[in-house]
Amino acid sequence: MSIDLKTIKHISKLSRISVDEKKGEKLAGDLNSIFDFIEKLNELKTDNVEPLTSVAETTLKLRSDEVKSKNIREQIVKNSPQDNEDYFVVPKVIE
Amino acid sequence: MSDITKQSLTELVENIKNKKLSSTDITKSFIERSEKSKELNAYITDNFTSALDKAKKFDQKPNLDLKLPGIPMAVKDLFCTKDVKTTAGSKILNNFVPTYESTVTENIWNEGAILLGKLNCDEFAMGSSNETSFFGNVQNPIDKNLVPGGSSGGSASALAGQLTPITIGTDTGGSIRQPASFTGTVGLKPTYGSCSRYGIVAFASSLDQAGPMAQNVKDCALLQEVISTYDPKDSTSIDFKRNQYSKELNNNIKGKKIGIPKEYRVDGMPKEIEDLWQKGIQYVKECGAKTIDISLPHTSYALPTYYIVAPAEASSNLARYDGVKYGFRAKGENLIDMYEKTRSEGFGAEVQRRIMIGTYVLSSGYYDAYYLKAQKVRKLIKNDFDEAYKKVDAILTPSTPSSAFKIGEKTDDPVSMYLNDIFTVPVNLAGLPGISIPAGHDSKGYPLGLQIIGKAFDEQNILNIAFAMEEKINFKNKITDWWIE
Repeated sequence: MSIDLKTIKHISKLSRISVDEKKGEKLAGDLNSIFDFIEKLNELKTDNVEPLTSVAETTLKLRSDEVKSKNIREQIVKNSPQDNEDYFVVPKVIE
Repeated sequence: MSDITKQSLTELVENIKNKKLSSTDITKSFIERSEKSKELNAYITDNFTSALDKAKKFDQKPNLDLKLPGIPMAVKDLFCTKDVKTTAGSKILNNFVPTYESTVTENIWNEGAILLGKLNCDEFAMGSSNETSFFGNVQNPIDKNLVPGGSSGGSASALAGQLTPITIGTDTGGSIRQPASFTGTVGLKPTYGSCSRYGIVAFASSLDQAGPMAQNVKDCALLQEVISTYDPKDSTSIDFKRNQYSKELNNNIKGKKIGIPKEYRVDGMPKEIEDLWQKGIQYVKECGAKTIDISLPHTSYALPTYYIVAPAEASSNLARYDGVKYGFRAKGENLIDMYEKTRSEGFGAEVQRRIMIGTYVLSSGYYDAYYLKAQKVRKLIKNDFDEAYKKVDAILTPSTPSSAFKIGEKTDDPVSMYLNDIFTVPVNLAGLPGISIPAGHDSKGYPLGLQIIGKAFDEQNILNIAFAMEEKINFKNKITDWWIE
């Protein structure tokens, strides 16, 4: 398999990480060697195997839906790079 | 007492209980040594002033019934600590001060321990040498310019260098056991669901587990006893009957059946590792256990599986770092541009690489070929262990395929770096407990570890086997204090 610069650009868009030409070429090289290594899985026939989604063989516990933390607005915005009172501030989205 | 930092946790606790040492004495000693150890670069953030205050407070009204009475300790910087900066080794969290505490660290402070500081680690725990940290490389106390392993590299370095009597790390593919092996210390990755993941910066949620690192098996058992609790705040925390691991520690392993998996004899493995493994087999036999040859046929598929599952989960978990709610923000022309620049400037190369792999394997048209395939192979890997455990009580393997390597030696080739975790990754994929204990030295004098893998929730059993082997091995770490200023 081969991951080209076009694919890298597509993945970079999906993952919201800006990638210029130079970085893209390095990434393509790295990803190709990693995927060559991953291709080994194709040696195995897995048509009748159930996928493992969780190693914990217990059913999730139910709990009542109640509010545990109150009045933590200040704590929530405390670490934001930019806020205005109780709101997160971001670059303008709607003109 | 200048030898305070040489004492094990068990000795320190005893000395506090019989009033030979105060928490202030102990805390001061570890702070002094930590301050002289800047060259190791083990700490990202120190908490020394606050630690000394807490130690003094403890001494005024000591509660000696606690399990870690007045014991100072530093922890991996992946655990959220209330009001103390938590970076996960990343630029993107460089200014993040949590407003809450992780359950694992909360459990530790509730037993009387005191936070010394936050320890260096690979960025978001993605790495096997601590070289992906935004805060720089960590030195291995064993030798200059040697990696301490990773991702819990700062934890392993601080522990082996006696800057902290015990510590905790996290292990997604070997991040506790591999650095323990590289530094001549003991590290336990508990069963998935044993320790709460609440408040731990997430990497790959179906694999991540916190665990203890210590100078010996008894200290490790005591810390495991403290950190392993059922926690409703983590939906994958499991409510099972936990042992009093340190009290129930027992070196009688007569009649235990120990599996030796032939697939762990990999191509190109140094003879020293094979010899160490044979020595380990001899030790368990001398302890009265029986060894049985077993097969884990899908072992060689574990790493490729891991490098689909872990990045897939990481790409999803790390979507939260968008420059809006917390952490670093880069300037952008519009919202999308801001996101893209923030993530491009805020994440390091390895993290970006893994997010890209994860995004790709989950993307439209590739999900079945990669992610679903990996989940199916993961099932086969788990089945291998289930089959083996019909015949044996535990499994003995080397911890790593080599001893610690030099800083910079493997940074150019991601795949050769990934191969470090060949013996540890299958354990995470199957959700099992595994412990690495120091078992010998290679020709360069660097430590080598052996790994004991247990059945799910059978931590007591592997701790007991490790305890029995430890007595036989009688390992002495060769630390020369070369870095002390």
